[in-house]
Amino acid sequence: MKILNQEETKRISDKVMSLSKADECIVTINGSRTGNIRYARNAVSTAGLVENTQLSVAVAFGKKQGTAVINEFDDKSLAKAVQRAEELAKLAPENPEFMPTPDKQAFKGSDTFSKSTDAINPEYRAQVAAYSIEACKKKGLVAAGFFTDQSSFETVANSRGVFGHQSQTGIDFTCTVRTEDGRGSGWVRRDAQDVNRFDPRAAAEVAMEKAIRSAEAKALEPGRYTVILEPAATSDLLAFMFNSFDARSADEGRSFLAKKGGGNRMGEKLFDEQVNVWADPWDKDIPVLPWDNQTLLARERMDIIKNGKIASMNYSPFWGKKQGQRAVGQPGNIIMSGGSKSTEELIASTKKGILVTRTWYIRMVDPQTVLLTGLTRDGTFYIENGKIKHPVKNFRFNESPVTMLNNIEELGRPEVLAGDESQFQLLIPAMKVRDFNFTSLSDAV
Amino acid sequence: MERRAFLNMSGGAMAAMMMPFGRAIAADELVKPVEVKFKKMLADTALTAATQAGASYCDVRIGRYLNQFITTRDLNIENVTNTESAGVGVRVIANGAYGFAATSDMSPDGVAGAARQAVAIAKANAKLQAAGVQLAPTPGVGEVSWATPIRKDWRTVPIKEKADLLITANKGALEAGASFIQSLLFQVNQQKYFASTDGSYIDQDLHRLWVPFFATAVDKSTGKFRSRSDLGTPVGMGYEYLDGRKEDKIKAAGGVATLYNRTYDLVEDAKAAGRQAKEKLTAKSVEPGKYDLVLSPEHMWLTIHESVGHPTELDRVLGYEANFAGTSFATLDKQQSKKFKYGSDLVNIEADKTIQGSLGAVGYDDEGVKCKKWDIIKDGILVNYQATRDQAAVIGEKESHGCSYADSWSNVQFQRMPNVSLKAGKKKLTPDELVKDVKKGIYIVGAGSFSIDQQRYNFQFGGQMFYEIKDGKIGQMLEDVAYQSNTQEFWNACTAMCDERDWRMGGSFFDGKGQPMQVSAVSHGSSTSRFNGINVINTARKIG
Repeated sequence: MKILNQEETKRISDKVMSLSKADECIVTINGSRTGNIRYARNAVSTAGLVENTQLSVAVAFGKKQGTAVINEFDDKSLAKAVQRAEELAKLAPENPEFMPTPDKQAFKGSDTFSKSTDAINPEYRAQVAAYSIEACKKKGLVAAGFFTDQSSFETVANSRGVFGHQSQTGIDFTCTVRTEDGRGSGWVRRDAQDVNRFDPRAAAEVAMEKAIRSAEAKALEPGRYTVILEPAATSDLLAFMFNSFDARSADEGRSFLAKKGGGNRMGEKLFDEQVNVWADPWDKDIPVLPWDNQTLLARERMDIIKNGKIASMNYSPFWGKKQGQRAVGQPGNIIMSGGSKSTEELIASTKKGILVTRTWYIRMVDPQTVLLTGLTRDGTFYIENGKIKHPVKNFRFNESPVTMLNNIEELGRPEVLAGDESQFQLLIPAMKVRDFNFTSLSDAV
Repeated sequence: MERRAFLNMSGGAMAAMMMPFGRAIAADELVKPVEVKFKKMLADTALTAATQAGASYCDVRIGRYLNQFITTRDLNIENVTNTESAGVGVRVIANGAYGFAATSDMSPDGVAGAARQAVAIAKANAKLQAAGVQLAPTPGVGEVSWATPIRKDWRTVPIKEKADLLITANKGALEAGASFIQSLLFQVNQQKYFASTDGSYIDQDLHRLWVPFFATAVDKSTGKFRSRSDLGTPVGMGYEYLDGRKEDKIKAAGGVATLYNRTYDLVEDAKAAGRQAKEKLTAKSVEPGKYDLVLSPEHMWLTIHESVGHPTELDRVLGYEANFAGTSFATLDKQQSKKFKYGSDLVNIEADKTIQGSLGAVGYDDEGVKCKKWDIIKDGILVNYQATRDQAAVIGEKESHGCSYADSWSNVQFQRMPNVSLKAGKKKLTPDELVKDVKKGIYIVGAGSFSIDQQRYNFQFGGQMFYEIKDGKIGQMLEDVAYQSNTQEFWNACTAMCDERDWRMGGSFFDGKGQPMQVSAVSHGSSTSRFNGINVINTARKIG
């Protein structure tokens, strides 16, 4: 099914709501066209284009809810979806925590669409793959990568008059380059809303250089080190922590933001005062939709951490009402302020330390302290007197992002990045951090 | 990579994760299958269209995927979602390259169009391909069918009965000491029809089910909280898994917990979880150091999954997953040497897609290959991998292992892990007898935190419950335990395992791999086993 425009989705959502006999009705329509190309061993392995559109109808009778999702849009299918959602709602037990859908509100649009990204074709994708494959072949390196581009829209509407429609685009590129003998490995990730901001050749060069430089790695003793963490080394650590900013979990005593004796740690200083984090749907580098499609509430620019202090937490409509707090749309992006230095400049000001390109397979060890474990991967280097001295073997770490954000020495220039485990779009700086806890060595390259 | 992301998702997002473009349907419609005659007609249309367009090979997968999810929080049912997704995926080889296209348009014109598109993509890909795809031969089997043997179909169990069971379990946990509990019921039915130009028409009806929960105890005065999740397992069974028969209950070593084989008593386990979550709040923090670990099958499955299952996937070994999941230390030269000591002599690891009740059990894989079992590690030596038709020749096999799988009609099939299990010990040994010889050890029950590097050397695992073993006796509960080891060192430290009476399976419902990522479900069996001198760290920290 083709990408629908605002008039078309307005007609569909109006039709659905006119068919519903429920007390309230919420309609969400999502459509996307996603292209991809995957390569490994210096050859393309798969390429594809997937188009999909779906309609979700959520209804409520009193405190009884039901949801139906379909991917057909003729009048008969719309009627069927409404009927099924209503049947499910009637079968469901009452949910005492049910909250009515929000009243009519205006959404201030954000600039999430790029014509250039929308126009990406198979030839462009093949060219992205070819740049790294050909360059690697020339240098006796082996490339594996994945490029994906998406053009999509989302429509939200409810029976109280809420209506929003917006188009979005984005690209994500990752490339792993290995030396033929498997002793060196480098990696790069690039994310952008506008493909014009993406340079596939330059990106491939980064992975290639790291692959060549990371061969002949030496083992360092595990322990606490000053580290320079590139943005891809902290993106998933931060995402794990920001997943725990739910006010209810904190108030219930089951999050690191819970206060001993009851309540939460709103306003407390938990991090170094250099730490400033906020969400902003209209940010020019990582704009996101101006609504939260789970609650249909408008997103706002909101401080999350201000000068190291907890500045806001996420309230669901139910918990907000119970606690007398205003619920707003959950953030779609996380922005952390940084400095103006490049990673090279951060290295230049470091006497002894370790440069980490990225971290991998991060899992929660203890939610009480947000203790996370994971490993470095694809380019870990020893720094001495402001220069990269030699590559080092990968480490496993056991560290909490809360501790990490307390031990900041210096921040670099922020970069746009998606994470493997992150539901947020991120704009975060490279960080120089002292006493980062590496607990064992890994032989993995 | 075992995925846990679903824990943070709402019911709707969870449904979307399992079935990206699902269609909600009424319960009474779920049980009506699509006519086999209709599926064969569609398949023949696609096969003919692909062949006429120049394909040297074609397979067609017609899928109807039905799911139901029920999510709860404490005494409330949060959501009930039914989804259906149906469509056709066509894979071809043309000019020596693969092409794939999929459509939800289940008309003869729709599938013929997809078949021609797949051929066009294959021809375009052929220009960038160095060597042509070679498929190991597999015999056409004509018209056959296979179904997961189930006794109770989840589609016919009333929603009220399921909701009541979950709420009874939650109530039990809360009364026993938990401050909060979330429980979920995942139910899956995959109706898969496979046809290929080799002459196979295979109709399969697959069922899976999982009831995870997370009980949390909070001590507000100390600010401490601890959770205990279920000791059940996802299964390839019907709703009869929740019968919780007496004969399927097992006492853990030292009687510290009740464990389950074949069927599961959800309410009993939830009550125990409430009690044990509270007990964890005051358990002794572990002294770091070397310990002999005694690992229950409820824990072992995840260690097997990460440290044997993934490193022996042949696509990883060859480098096809280098950009995402990673490669593998278990390289071809190690297998070809026939003397790479993966583990001690006791370690025998078998791949088996035929075990009844397992998540990976099917009659035929997504390339029409009849399922079977084979050795991966024999007497400690790495002897084989997990291969699909296009990989079999690389390791000198004449036929595929039957390891091809796609999570949806809209995704292309590729190599996925079969059930990979540690065989039981040959000598008679119970868990209590095994513990008797351990001087300084830890008994670990249930799976917890997990992480392993991209070549599968260095790993770290937590657990659900930890008990001190001192001079052959199981003692007090411990907390803050995680063990770190290297795959080869760990499996070579295996010194004892219980016999087949103690053998049972655990498994993963959401094992992620590939770009774009697909999920699959897989089981891993073992009996309680001992590993000597493993490094244990203390994970307690202080923040702010």
